[in-house]
Amino acid sequence: VENVRLLDRLSSRRAVLGTLYLTATHVIFVENGSETRKETWVLHSQISSIEKQATTATGCPLLIRCKNFQVIQLVIPQERDCHDVYISLIRLARPVKYEELYCFSFNPKLDKEEREQGWKLVDLNGEYNRMGVPNNYWQISDVNRDYGVCDSYPTEVYVPKSATAHVIVGSSKFRSRRRFPALSYYCKGNNASICRSSQPLSGFSARCLEDEQMLQAIRKANPGSDFIYVVDTRPKLNAMANRAAGKGYENEDNYSNIKFQFIGIENIHVMRNSLQKMLEVCELKSPSMSDFLWGLENSGWLKHIKAIMDAGIFIAKAVAEEGVSVLVHCSDGWDRTAQVCSVASLLLDPYYRTMKGFMVLIEKDWISFGHKFNHRYGNLDGDPKEISPVIDQFIECVWQLMEQFPCAFEFNERFLIHIQHHIYSCQFGNFLCNSQKERRELKIQERTYSLWAHLWKNRADYLNPLYRSDHRQTQGTLHPQIAPCNFLYKFWSGMYNRFEKGLHPRQSVTDYLMAVKEETQQLEEELEVLQQRLANLQKSQSGDNKVKSKQQDRSKQSGLYTSNNSLANTPQEYSNDLKSFPSRSPSQGDEEDSALILTQDNLKSSDPDLSANSDQESGVEDLSCRSPSGGGCLPSEDSGKDSDEAVFLAG
Amino acid sequence: RFVGSLGTIVIKCKDLRIIQLDIPGMEECLNIASSIEALSTLDSVTLMYPFFYRPMFEVVEDGWCSFLLEQEFEFLSSMTNEWRLSCVNKEFSVCPSYPPVVIVPKSVDDEALRKVALFRHGGRFPVLSYFHKKNGMVMMRSSQPLTGTNGRRCKEDEKLINATLRSGRRGFIIDTRPLNVAQQARAKGGGFEQEVHYPQWRRIHKCIERFNILQESFIKLVEACNDQSHNMDRWLSKLEASNWLTHIKELLTAACLAAQCIDREGASVLVHGSEGTDSTLQVTSLAQIILDPRCRTIRGFESLVVREWLQAGHPFQQRCAQSAYSNSKQKWEAPVFLLFLECVWQIHRQFPCSFEFNEQFLIMLFEHAYASQFGTFLGNNEHERAKLKLPQKTMSLWSWVNRLEELGRFQNPLYEANSLVIWPSVAPQSLQLWEGVFLRWNRPSKFLEEAEEERINIIKYNKELQAKVNVLRRQLAEMEMNEEVQGNP
Repeated sequence: VENVRLLDRLSSRRAVLGTLYLTATHVIFVENGSETRKETWVLHSQISSIEKQATTATGCPLLIRCKNFQVIQLVIPQERDCHDVYISLIRLARPVKYEELYCFSFNPKLDKEEREQGWKLVDLNGEYNRMGVPNNYWQISDVNRDYGVCDSYPTEVYVPKSATAHVIVGSSKFRSRRRFPALSYYCKGNNASICRSSQPLSGFSARCLEDEQMLQAIRKANPGSDFIYVVDTRPKLNAMANRAAGKGYENEDNYSNIKFQFIGIENIHVMRNSLQKMLEVCELKSPSMSDFLWGLENSGWLKHIKAIMDAGIFIAKAVAEEGVSVLVHCSDGWDRTAQVCSVASLLLDPYYRTMKGFMVLIEKDWISFGHKFNHRYGNLDGDPKEISPVIDQFIECVWQLMEQFPCAFEFNERFLIHIQHHIYSCQFGNFLCNSQKERRELKIQERTYSLWAHLWKNRADYLNPLYRSDHRQTQGTLHPQIAPCNFLYKFWSGMYNRFEKGLHPRQSVTDYLMAVKEETQQLEEELEVLQQRLANLQKSQSGDNKVKSKQQDRSKQSGLYTSNNSLANTPQEYSNDLKSFPSRSPSQGDEEDSALILTQDNLKSSDPDLSANSDQESGVEDLSCRSPSGGGCLPSEDSGKDSDEAVFLAG
Repeated sequence: RFVGSLGTIVIKCKDLRIIQLDIPGMEECLNIASSIEALSTLDSVTLMYPFFYRPMFEVVEDGWCSFLLEQEFEFLSSMTNEWRLSCVNKEFSVCPSYPPVVIVPKSVDDEALRKVALFRHGGRFPVLSYFHKKNGMVMMRSSQPLTGTNGRRCKEDEKLINATLRSGRRGFIIDTRPLNVAQQARAKGGGFEQEVHYPQWRRIHKCIERFNILQESFIKLVEACNDQSHNMDRWLSKLEASNWLTHIKELLTAACLAAQCIDREGASVLVHGSEGTDSTLQVTSLAQIILDPRCRTIRGFESLVVREWLQAGHPFQQRCAQSAYSNSKQKWEAPVFLLFLECVWQIHRQFPCSFEFNEQFLIMLFEHAYASQFGTFLGNNEHERAKLKLPQKTMSLWSWVNRLEELGRFQNPLYEANSLVIWPSVAPQSLQLWEGVFLRWNRPSKFLEEAEEERINIIKYNKELQAKVNVLRRQLAEMEMNEEVQGNP
């Protein structure tokens, strides 16, 4: 469709004219006129809602909201075209079969072997071995070999050695969806563990001998402690309501030596609404400070984030300081339980704060234990009530921790944002389906590619420059502050206003330090080369003429090398270094990241003419380009000023 | 500040710290408490610490003479010759809150200045605040005109500010009060510039709060920050109720507007509120941070504070007497300077590589404005400082800060001179609470300090390597030269 206008959300005056294309996988908007012909690509699977608004004199507006928090506003001149686009997008954004998803057509031009290697990058067996199991207390159980006991669990599950198959099966029958207690994290140092399950089917008085034995077995697997915590992550009221449906929570009287604890994280419906409310605040056209703060408070979002974090902190403390094992559950044990277990693991074990370890953590607590990615993130058309930002909240918890412990994580904010993006993008097979069983049936590993391999390949972009594996902050358990007056939980504008570049700091400390570090590395290499050459030269000066002439030849060659390298030391070149990754364009067969890369492009190289430090300043330049010089038009990144303009135009 | 009770003394400091001392013996405790009370509420300025402080360091450069207006004028003269230094206020007789020398348009003589002074609140006639080199536009500041209800006018005033306009160009008057407040001010003899008398000027009203409203906001915010409860909702609603960030947003918006008028619109600007000693200075100094790269250096910022705050007559002694924990309502108390520093921090956060100084530098200035061993922030204006003979009797803060030993602590390792205008975002999503001040004594800072250290190390190591490589390169080049000389005799 031609002559479509792409509106800028912050200012209606700034709109660009272009052509809209719909392909099988993407919505593409190509700008007219400008030499660069800037393109905006949006994957159909990222589209969360499409809204057709009332037709105006200029055309028919179409509002596309994306799951990665991008909001696109288009104005299409012909109403009929608009309707067609609307209808096709609704169809395209809601596939009904897995085969329609992008990952089945996406081909990063890797051969079979590379693909298989990619899937092997994260190895859960290796991870359990790293934790120190199997050992005298824990073993792999094959009860779930053919998903015969629980179809949302993986085939290989770690259970206490003393729990027989009979006990496990018995316990599973007493748990929602037969999700019996299984090992999530084992602490080598003191034998304490984190186990996870679903709620018991206790109703008002039911009990199950095998389930009681199962919990007993978990306690026995930690000889240093004479009780275990059972943490129900739901608010007490919800758990009690469940009893009427024959579900519920453990009765301390029936189980020997447990301490029962409610934590009070709200359910997926509350979280969905909370996010919705917060996004409404983000979308406000020019909110005042109190509109914004009030909206933020009213959404309850940060309160929920804090609740999840508090739960994680409680468990990490029990394991690390008290040496007590913990069993965590909620209702089905695949949402709040996954959040809480992974936050606790992250606090306890520095390994999960590395890039590889973080991938392993998501693979372990989320993918393998049957977090329902398809339902929660609406990959296929389904029940909108199943959708909820569960893993988004976990990712935000990690970000909040990064703010508090800037040196503790090997990866940076961009890593988190890209993972969030791909959970929704369906470009890689990792997050497809609701369980391991479904993924195996679909033969995901043979038909799609792994995100982890892709991220790993580009790991240089995701490094936190402040991370050093030998740094004090990277060791041991993290002890975050919990009161708001000690640590502020902040609104994450990098995520929720990700596409509104104007709101973010214009200079990125992380990018700056990354560039400096890269340069440092080059300098180290050059230093070595120079030292070598100096040594050689000194030798040769004492040697005879023949050697000398050879030496000269060589030094000429390496002289070329150094002259290249010396360029690298001028700021000019290191900005090129920085630009080298956004310039991976879709046409270079590296299409996988198109949407992302385009945004990086926007972020990073708004003006290629600016040299050197321009990279940090591009935001500035970008801003100054924005305002047309005539007509008393003020640059309007801030609409507070717009109203002033009205004053002085009218005045 | 303190509250004493049963063997415990709680000292609440102006830098927002709270110290609790447990003292055995009731009587002793009371004695100590009353001594602290007496010593912390001295009546006479001359009994204060700066008059007794003897520096333990060698004074390399006397800070009292570091930033003279004459130097600033010299710099200005290199760019334009349309301005002159006027000594009309030499005896502080024309305007008690102005310094002895001011910069005014060349075409206006001292006699006219005297007349204009009578027409402006407190005698604060329009003077030059900033010259924008890029397009020759200027920012001036003054106090409100005394138009009163009957619309008085002053030909000299009109002539003075028109003298700053290029022919055919317009200027903007930024009044930091909302229109209705400015209108009300007429009843008390104040007022604003009427369009009929100033046809070349467009007036814009902004809403920057002052005095007790700011102070209340400050008190509420600090109270919220000391709330030890773990409740997120309560924290957010208290933060919102304090309105502190709203003030920050308004102030930044006004400063951006002033900067925009100058840089984008190519227009000159006059800024004033009522007295021209508070919100006016916030706006003019922030606009300079945005426009002028010089102000983002350490010395440049110091010079800005001296010019736009100390010499411009911001009444530090009245505004910064008690800080947030005062029990008694102080009529003149207001965190005007702190708000300015926080706005600088907000811009700093958005452009972390464009400032030569770091957050610590701003916090240090906040501390010294409220309590200091140096005389710099004593007194309410240059006149009072001259009467107290501060330059002779006390040490200047700048003498201390500008020593190499101290400067290191205040340098931003990421600094790379950025000659551009920096436009900050003022959207609520882009503004944050200044934790470095408000959570300073509550949050554990270890991890953040470690991060800062790491940043410094990364950059230091890079610079060392660069130096090493350069040395080797030079050596190599020399040796190769020799080689060639030897090779081809």
